Amino acid sequence: MNSRRDFIKTTATGALLLGSQTKLGLAAMLDQNAGHAPGKSKVIVARDATLHGQDGQLDEKRVLALLDRAIAAYTGHDNPITAWKHIVPVGKVIGLKTNGLGGKGICTHLALVQAICERLQQAGVKPGEILVWDRNARDLEVCGLTISTDPNRVRCYGSDVAGFEDEPAAFGKAVNVKLAKILTRECAVVIGLPILKDHGGAGVTFAMKNMYGVVQHPQELHGGGCNPYVADLNCIPAVRQKVRFTIGDAISSVYDGGPGFHPERLWQPNALIVGEDRVAIDHTAWQMIERKRAEAGMPTLEAAGRPPRYIATAADADHKLGVNDPQHINLLEI
Amino acid sequence: MIFRLKGLKRRPKIWILAAAAVAILAATAGTGCKKHLADPFPPSGTVAGWDKTSETRTFAAKDLWQYIDGDAEQYISAGVVSTSTSDYKYEGQLEAVVDVHTMGDAAGAGKILETNTRDAKPVQLGDAGVAYAQSVIFRKGPYLVRIVAYESTPGTPQALLALAHGLEARL
Repeated sequence: MNSRRDFIKTTATGALLLGSQTKLGLAAMLDQNAGHAPGKSKVIVARDATLHGQDGQLDEKRVLALLDRAIAAYTGHDNPITAWKHIVPVGKVIGLKTNGLGGKGICTHLALVQAICERLQQAGVKPGEILVWDRNARDLEVCGLTISTDPNRVRCYGSDVAGFEDEPAAFGKAVNVKLAKILTRECAVVIGLPILKDHGGAGVTFAMKNMYGVVQHPQELHGGGCNPYVADLNCIPAVRQKVRFTIGDAISSVYDGGPGFHPERLWQPNALIVGEDRVAIDHTAWQMIERKRAEAGMPTLEAAGRPPRYIATAADADHKLGVNDPQHINLLEI
Repeated sequence: MIFRLKGLKRRPKIWILAAAAVAILAATAGTGCKKHLADPFPPSGTVAGWDKTSETRTFAAKDLWQYIDGDAEQYISAGVVSTSTSDYKYEGQLEAVVDVHTMGDAAGAGKILETNTRDAKPVQLGDAGVAYAQSVIFRKGPYLVRIVAYESTPGTPQALLALAHGLEARL
């Protein structure tokens, strides 16, 4: 782990590299090859121990402040609006892929979605160019979101409204995958907003597993602990190329019994996990879950028979989605 | 059918009447059973303080992923037939969700109950039950019921137990 000062130096270098291109941030990434760039992957884990007040309620203002700290650390720009301008392209539809599968008790926090929408608009993104989406209305509504297709407002709807492609996509063993039209036709860039959870099959669900919400029949991708399906799905070009940034919600989490809501296994890391490398992010998230399980006296996911093997698969030579070797992850915990 | 037969000039043979009676009894029993399975959820007001705040949604085993994708496998491997769910609210504030899993047999319900409940407090509900601060799980015959509250208040455990007893009585 680096100090924040050291990290800002390396991040600033990265930002300069991005800035040296003709386009900024994700706008530039859109034109890059899908292959993972060599070098260390940046992952920010930003925490605020007081995110939940003494009454247990989430302090929404602190969520915005935490987001700002995370994005500042990632981009090297302390001004949040400047920072966001270095992340998002102008004049394109930006999707925010939430995760409401676990129901009301364990879903992407509304306060985080609102904070991101606020900063996106301040960075010049028009409300109608922001599309908050998930599998269906139910998964969005449990997050506290309101369905809206009004093109003049921040839009919010699921694949139950927009539908799926008739033509299936495939990579590796993930075959006959019908992708959400929101991903393939509406969004230029997607920012993943997964919520950190233990998963009864896959071990951990976070950045890459969140993409199960973009396919019509995710149940067909659950065999073998979701390995290699999670990695394969993320290699399908539309997923690989458009989902380029993750603002992972680790404000609250379940460390066992997931992906459903099990309040007896609920825990509040009070954190956001931010980065571009979905593999490095998932590796970092996995370690957080393991530490919590150890603290609670629970067996490791390996001992429980469900290690998240798909993370290593995603990093292998056939997938090259990112890095899972801690030596190649530039982790800053702030 | 029997009434129409009475109007016929030719009297039906006894065995036909007997077969018809058996068929009607079976059909009636089947209908009654299905009705019982379809809605084990207490309506608003039948358990003090609790209101049923959503329609009941029911998922067959093959569609369970639509409700609990990722969790579905453990229920399927334990022989789930269907899962029904509904939302509830206690005294207008405490929100909860009730899931009623109809398993193939009592053993299937027992298998799920035993999973990850080793640190729970046993409670007298159905054939066996456990409680945490924000949830109650019990089994009765082939049914496995899970009630989960979205927040923890001093009154949550008692309120959940009351609702659980209301469900138990309808199974």
